[in-house]
Amino acid sequence: MKFTWNIISGLLICLLPVFTSGQNMGDDLRIWGNFQMDAQYYQPDSLIGAPEVPEKIRMNGFANLNLSYKNVTVGLRYESYQNPLLGFDSRYKGSGVPYRFATYKEENLEVTVGNFYEQYGNGLILRSYVEPNLGIDNSLDGIRLLYRPHTGITIRTLIGEQRLFFEKGPGIVRGADAELNFNEVFARFEDSPNRWSIGVSGISKYQRDQDPLFVLPENVAAFSGRINFSGKALAFNAEYAWKVNDPSAENNLIYRPGQALIVSGSYSFSGFGLLLSAKRIDNMGFRSDRNATGNDLNINYLPAMTRQHTYALTAMYPYATQPNGELGFMAETNFKIPAKSLLGGPYGTNVTINFSWANAIDKNPVNDTINVQQAGTKGYNSPFFSAGNQKYFQDMNVEISRRFSRKLKTTLIYMNQFYNQNIIEGYTTRENIKAHILAADIQYRLRARRSLRGEIQHLSTQQENGNWAMALLEYNIAPHWFFALSDQYNYGNPEKDKQQHYFSVSAGYTQKGNRFSLSYGKQRQGIICVGGVCRVVPASSGLSLSVTSTF
Amino acid sequence: MRHYFYIFIQGMIKFVLFFNIFRMTYKRQAGLLLLIIFLSLLNMQFVSAQSGKKIPPHILATLDGENISSSAFENDGKPYILSFWATWCNPCMKELSALDEIYEEFKDQGFKVIAVSTDDARTHANVLPLVNGRGWEFEFYRDDNGDFRRAMGVNMVPHTFVINGNGEIVYQHTAFYDGMEWEMLEKLEEIAAEN
Repeated sequence: MKFTWNIISGLLICLLPVFTSGQNMGDDLRIWGNFQMDAQYYQPDSLIGAPEVPEKIRMNGFANLNLSYKNVTVGLRYESYQNPLLGFDSRYKGSGVPYRFATYKEENLEVTVGNFYEQYGNGLILRSYVEPNLGIDNSLDGIRLLYRPHTGITIRTLIGEQRLFFEKGPGIVRGADAELNFNEVFARFEDSPNRWSIGVSGISKYQRDQDPLFVLPENVAAFSGRINFSGKALAFNAEYAWKVNDPSAENNLIYRPGQALIVSGSYSFSGFGLLLSAKRIDNMGFRSDRNATGNDLNINYLPAMTRQHTYALTAMYPYATQPNGELGFMAETNFKIPAKSLLGGPYGTNVTINFSWANAIDKNPVNDTINVQQAGTKGYNSPFFSAGNQKYFQDMNVEISRRFSRKLKTTLIYMNQFYNQNIIEGYTTRENIKAHILAADIQYRLRARRSLRGEIQHLSTQQENGNWAMALLEYNIAPHWFFALSDQYNYGNPEKDKQQHYFSVSAGYTQKGNRFSLSYGKQRQGIICVGGVCRVVPASSGLSLSVTSTF
Repeated sequence: MRHYFYIFIQGMIKFVLFFNIFRMTYKRQAGLLLLIIFLSLLNMQFVSAQSGKKIPPHILATLDGENISSSAFENDGKPYILSFWATWCNPCMKELSALDEIYEEFKDQGFKVIAVSTDDARTHANVLPLVNGRGWEFEFYRDDNGDFRRAMGVNMVPHTFVINGNGEIVYQHTAFYDGMEWEMLEKLEEIAAEN
């Protein structure tokens, strides 16, 4: 480890002065990277549940530094958590270089040694990726190959161990994927408007069995097949994955194979789009350590099939995929009411209507003496097409956005939500949350580059913390400055002393690829999610600084 | 002035490299790296490191599923915008809507927008119907697992690059505020005039 780090940093440092000395190596040499730092000064606030932080200040930061010369790219990422911000796993504590790689790339060949990210198909059996805002990085450390033996055929293989904070997980991940793009392989279909491609992949993981009680499979394989079609207005994508039985902490050590199916189809033309998608997931958690939980050491990615909301109150109760079993369905249509028509207004109006639903799969006991999901058994039987009797999540929302004049533009959202807190957040006695949410976003241009933006939001529910109201006012000077004031008020909380205001004031400056922002105020406890993977953010109060830069 | 600055960095780094690096403790090495980053940031004051460089070659998929290399991006010798976005990112949607509203002016001058969606498997099926539903006419690509985004050093979306007629990166910007679409148009006009 230390040796490779020495070599790579040595290489980088050798080449850096060459670059900075000017253009004599011409277009072939490129250096780039980015930097991000988030620091917060914490103040305890018992009213909102913000804890006393002994260090007072905590910081997460990282920098990527990459360099490419002709066909070779080398790069590394330095990360530092001193100590990790509240809400991030405390095992991140410390600093180091958990990511470094070298890649050789030709038109039809790519070889990577070191850390890499990879995704096969939709990620149902393999997705390694990085999402610093969630504290997720399951990069593989090993070797990755990509080869295109013929136009339209791509073969990829990999072997590696997964990153776990500043260490590695105990398992080894091996895999291969082949993809065939018909229109590129067969020249006579090249210009056809109907495009087809298929792909197959396989992943296997190895982890020693040291369980005193059970004989656990040390090698676990998973396979998947996928098909993509795209025509003039129709598009279709389906993937099915199957996994050998893999008793784990997540599925309570049951010997049942896993499977997942996702299907989506869309029909669209200029001014109209419709998307329908469905999925079924059954015992499909797949990690390189069978004892891992939370967001640790996931090999695969099971996307949530719900809309990802961005306004604060619409995102208050977000859904997270249930790998042990779920049925899901989503429909979304969006269309544009043309400008100057009866309803369209002078600039046209955009409408999005979305419905999503997630439910338990039907789990029946294997026989009379075994409970569903009982450790050391086959777990349960589950008819493929039948739904269980527990609803996990439902969201129905309508969004309308319209420009009224050169100066005024608005967006309105209404959302009706059902949220099974016990299942999604892992409680046992909480009530299901039913909420209505309204949000309005109003943008008003004062002068060419000065604008005001306001948000008003309201969430009403009888459960959990009751009603919330929120207001935000933002003043922007494009392209550099923003200033914002906001308040979230939990006025409907059934407990009087929890009816708190969460004020916050912030400002930011953007210059080219660099952004600095500073904010002071209170942050409610909440869940932030990217791509259906979520992290709990505890309540906090204080001053925070974020710097991000691409160079 | 800049020349001397570079010479100074070179001298310092060479000194550190030849006399110290392999004898250093981890802490020192980390410190050195931070120093390099700091210098790179300083460097940016003058010119972004990617400035004047071509886009790295990378295979991307069109929304129809066709594979195209980013090295084939071009606009007949005219500058264009390369924008990273996602369907779940509010400022990104605002940016593309704003660009769409003035796209006639772009087209009149021969400019165009290439928009790379960083949506992952959760939302990527939604990109095509959304783009069509909004009636956007930009050139769209998909970057499912963020490989191209990483290859361009993009940290968060929206992140916008301006590429000149020779395919070189000449400007970049992160975040979007109302009115920035005009800024982009002006930048393109400025660059087109230089060529």
